[in-house]
Amino acid sequence: MDAIILQILNGLDKGSAYALIALGLTLIFGTLGVVNFAHGALFMIGAFCAVTLSRILTLSHEVVDETRTDFLGNPLKVDVPYLYDIFGQTTGDAIIDWAVPISILFAIPVMVFIGFAMERGLIKHFYKRPHADQILVTFGLAIVLQEIIKYFYGANPIPTPAPSAFTGSFDFGAMLGFDPGSIIYPYWRIIYFMFAAVIIGAVFAFLQFTTFGMVVRAGMADRETVGLLGINIDKRFTIMFGIAAAVAGLAGVMYTPINSPNYHMGMDFLVLSFVVVVVGGMGSLPGAVLAGFLLGILESFASMAIVLETLPGINQIIIYLVAIIILLTRPRGLMGRKGVMED
Amino acid sequence: MGLTKKDFTLLIIVAVLCLFAPFILNPFPEGSAMAQFNAGYPDLMQRLVIFGIFAIGFNILFGLTGYLSFGHAAFLGVGSYAAIWMMKLLTMNVIPAIIVSVAVAGLFSLLVGWISLRRSGIYFSILTLAFAQMSYSLAYSVLTPITGGETGLQPKYTDPRILDGDLPPGETPRANLFGLDMKDSTQITMGDWVFTFNAGYYVAAVVMLVAFYVSIRIFRSPFGMMLRAVKSNQQRLNYTGLNSKPYTLAAFVISGMYAGLAGGLLVAMDTQVGAERMFWTASGEVVLMTILGGAGTLIGPVLGAGFIKYFENIISKINESILHQWFAFMPDGIEDFLVSMVYPFIGKGWHLTLGIVFMLVVIFLPGGLVEGGQRVARLFKRRKPSSDKPDGKTTPAE
Amino acid sequence: MSNSNFTRRGLIRSGAVAGAAGIALPTYLRADAHAGYLNAPQGDTVTLGFNVPQSGPYADEGADELRAYELAVEHLNGGGDGGMLNTFTSKALQGNGILGKKVEYVTGDTQTKSDAARASAKSMIEKDGAVMITGGSSSGVAVAVQALCQEAGVIFMAGLTHSNDTTGKDKRANGFRHFFNSYMSGAALAPVLSNAYGNDRNAYHLTADYNWGYTTEEAVRSSTEALGWNTVNAVKTPLTATDFSAYITPVLQSDADVLVLNHYGGNMVNSLTNAVQFGLRDRMVNGKQFEIIVPLYSRLMAKGAGANVKGIFGSTNWHWSLQDPGSKAFVQSFGTKYGFPPSQAAHTCYVQALLYADACERAGTFNPCGVVEALEGFEFDGMGNGPTLYRAEDHQCFKDVLVVKGKENPTSEFDLLEIVEVTPVDQVTYAPDHPQFAGGSLGTCNPGA
Repeated sequence: MDAIILQILNGLDKGSAYALIALGLTLIFGTLGVVNFAHGALFMIGAFCAVTLSRILTLSHEVVDETRTDFLGNPLKVDVPYLYDIFGQTTGDAIIDWAVPISILFAIPVMVFIGFAMERGLIKHFYKRPHADQILVTFGLAIVLQEIIKYFYGANPIPTPAPSAFTGSFDFGAMLGFDPGSIIYPYWRIIYFMFAAVIIGAVFAFLQFTTFGMVVRAGMADRETVGLLGINIDKRFTIMFGIAAAVAGLAGVMYTPINSPNYHMGMDFLVLSFVVVVVGGMGSLPGAVLAGFLLGILESFASMAIVLETLPGINQIIIYLVAIIILLTRPRGLMGRKGVMED
Repeated sequence: MGLTKKDFTLLIIVAVLCLFAPFILNPFPEGSAMAQFNAGYPDLMQRLVIFGIFAIGFNILFGLTGYLSFGHAAFLGVGSYAAIWMMKLLTMNVIPAIIVSVAVAGLFSLLVGWISLRRSGIYFSILTLAFAQMSYSLAYSVLTPITGGETGLQPKYTDPRILDGDLPPGETPRANLFGLDMKDSTQITMGDWVFTFNAGYYVAAVVMLVAFYVSIRIFRSPFGMMLRAVKSNQQRLNYTGLNSKPYTLAAFVISGMYAGLAGGLLVAMDTQVGAERMFWTASGEVVLMTILGGAGTLIGPVLGAGFIKYFENIISKINESILHQWFAFMPDGIEDFLVSMVYPFIGKGWHLTLGIVFMLVVIFLPGGLVEGGQRVARLFKRRKPSSDKPDGKTTPAE
Repeated sequence: MSNSNFTRRGLIRSGAVAGAAGIALPTYLRADAHAGYLNAPQGDTVTLGFNVPQSGPYADEGADELRAYELAVEHLNGGGDGGMLNTFTSKALQGNGILGKKVEYVTGDTQTKSDAARASAKSMIEKDGAVMITGGSSSGVAVAVQALCQEAGVIFMAGLTHSNDTTGKDKRANGFRHFFNSYMSGAALAPVLSNAYGNDRNAYHLTADYNWGYTTEEAVRSSTEALGWNTVNAVKTPLTATDFSAYITPVLQSDADVLVLNHYGGNMVNSLTNAVQFGLRDRMVNGKQFEIIVPLYSRLMAKGAGANVKGIFGSTNWHWSLQDPGSKAFVQSFGTKYGFPPSQAAHTCYVQALLYADACERAGTFNPCGVVEALEGFEFDGMGNGPTLYRAEDHQCFKDVLVVKGKENPTSEFDLLEIVEVTPVDQVTYAPDHPQFAGGSLGTCNPGA
């Protein structure tokens, strides 16, 4: 029982990342009709916003420590962050410790700006082009973006820990009446799940309950008619692109303490998120979220030793297998609309 | 040969290009700074034509029917595994290996196509992607006893090979065509130029020409027309009472067999298989080749394949010290500046350059390299209105 | 059927004569007929091929390998401070290149894919006339390129490759490995672990689902079980996995008190980070402190896991904090040139380049068969791992193995590991026909012509 609860938690957690990326992909696809292969790269750039901010916070000057030596036998140069000079060591350390949460504030404007720039500078010219062209150009962009990141940050993963206040784990077992220590879950993963839930809720509320959202939804359903009503739909769609980029970026920022970011993390997620979007049904926001969590949970269950003993290798293929089964039984994925991306 | 004059000219041009590729691809004299850009060595020439075959096959599906398969590398991989097993069990002669690789890839694509073609559009793409990713994951891990997993398969001295006699002790098994070693090369030196003629390359080139000829025939046949009809409006086609599924499935299987053929040839030229051959990026690569060259055109995919493989093999090998040699004639400061400007784009940065080129081509040449050729051709046409070039298809391969 | 092979450089020179005779008459050449081996260096230079990952997840490791090769070339050609040439027990190298020929090199990108690695190695052999290929950062690539070099007839000096198979079932006469292997990791780790954690332990293995993972798991299992440990479970994880939570939570439910992560590179960084996140390090099972073990450490990768590596045992081929003269000389010249200490990948690549050069020098030829003869059974010292033997039976180096632990108080970003024990070579030596290495044969050397 406790094993199953834990795997569900794992699945929800993994699903949150899938769902956030898939949500952004679907927003862009639903509004602009563009298949954005660079969306994984946006997730990656978000993660590197956190890396960049922690680099900025730890900007240092060198102080020579005569008592110690470095690996060549020269006096050791110790890096002292400027923050220490400004706030003193304790406050400075505390700020550096909180780099990841702080970078949320840093990432939003950066990601929205990148989103705008991408849409105005490149994607705009591809609305009328075939999907294959869109895929190719955004794929090219994804390569360029990740190579730029690799040029500046190298290929290795970069550790970006969560604030030390959140590094422990929470004991669900004791709360639910199991043995203490049998169901524990890291704080940061719980935070990630709640964060994802809030973001997803906010995007839905924004689309559902604001005038802006209403217009966008109308535009998704019938772009031409909305345009004929004299509404500048392009401008709103650009803003939606910015929002989608910010959602991907925030998903990336918050993901950094879970796994150290590296330059190809976007590509690692890209294919899976596409599967998620398609399984959810092209153009359906609830479908994307639902499929994200569903595939996350199934993937977690497939990784259990008992399952692997009966079906070796199932953990390698479960997502694709489920995708095939769903697409064969439900022609447009879980909640897809008819006629979208079917030709 | 059942070709129109235009198509025949095109075929002849491609044949001539293939025949003289060792000269065309080696334009720079040995030892000069530009020799870095020479591509006329056996391995790359083989790869250019083999991936050309792969792309031609992919184009039969994508270019004609518009069905975008994202899992074609799986057929190439399956073909390769079939071929290497033939070489391990039967004989090092490439003929059985190639035949079996085409057959196995055909069967596998029949299965995948039969299932995937129940859906269209992006749903179809994801289904093919899912099959390919499953093949890759399993081949890399649990199927290790059959596929060799991470370390792949290579022919070994100890393999049974029932048709071949025992190898002399210590001799490495070599792929051959009735005794003609695929690695056999002859060189001709002309002044500073060295040209290499490789047996394997010419075998692959002949196969490529046959594949190209078959592709022209398919393009011009009623069957090809039917496939184009699927692309332009499948619904209307269905309303006329025609079931398009057998046609698309046939196209799918044919292109799967082309991929298997390419896979078999890869093994024939370089006797090893690794599972990475089936990773989704490999499937993506053939999509890029086709679109980059010009989807739906005859020669486009071959150009695209050549372009990408050239980049991968040539640009990635330029390193910093070579750059310093190039700019050595400049004053020191300018030299360092130029090197630091160019450095991010070459060597380990070759992916960056490739990404930029993709974007530029897609943005400015929607029809791919073929459109580029057409534009150039049109420029000349304006000056000489009488010349009637066949749609820029005469653009020479690099 | 004869296979004619050729060398570009040779042809330029012989071609020059032909050119003088008249360009109009193409010369038909079957090169190397006289030299007797492929890509025989002509003139006053010799070309080596450095085939390292420059793109993909191991690009940083590849970059470090390339730095080491550049340093080796500099030292071979008499530049710099000579590095390990001064401490190497064989004094055949003069600092005037190899056999008096200046060392030049070409580079390529393996992309950590066997196809790409072979394409790149082939272009070095066919286009650039490289007489030796070296480098790489994974066993898949090493095995693929080693097989290629055997077929083509050049020497392959493996870079970082840890799977038993490279010098086990996939060994080749033209291939040599200086790096240690899974078996040695297991043999070196087991006694240290039993000292630190006792003999009554329940181990849970997470294993990367490919050849290297299998051989490492087998090695660690058999050597720890021999000391009384019990293996509770061994679960395979996909290479492409990024989040290991689903594999780690079942550990919480088992009665395991040790987790062995048979992962490398990105997998290792993520699985270790995840394991620490789930509080495994603070866990007590049956009154014993829960422990995590990483059989193969790489400093470059450990950096990605940050503070999570603290106190975690593992093994490594070499570490820059070693105090023998060879290591010190290497760290000194590498550190002076690049500003940071070398990684184990850099070390093994540097040593391989020097060993190759030395073997050519002692053999008096670049002929692969001569080089093979010179390297087989070669004993040397002064290269950082103590007295070392290149065993003739399988072309594997036998030397001391380091057992390391994540450092509690690192003084710099490079100071992540501390050496716990230098396991003497006798303890990690195995018979050439050991079951974990069975099934392959070297064959005979192939000079390619």
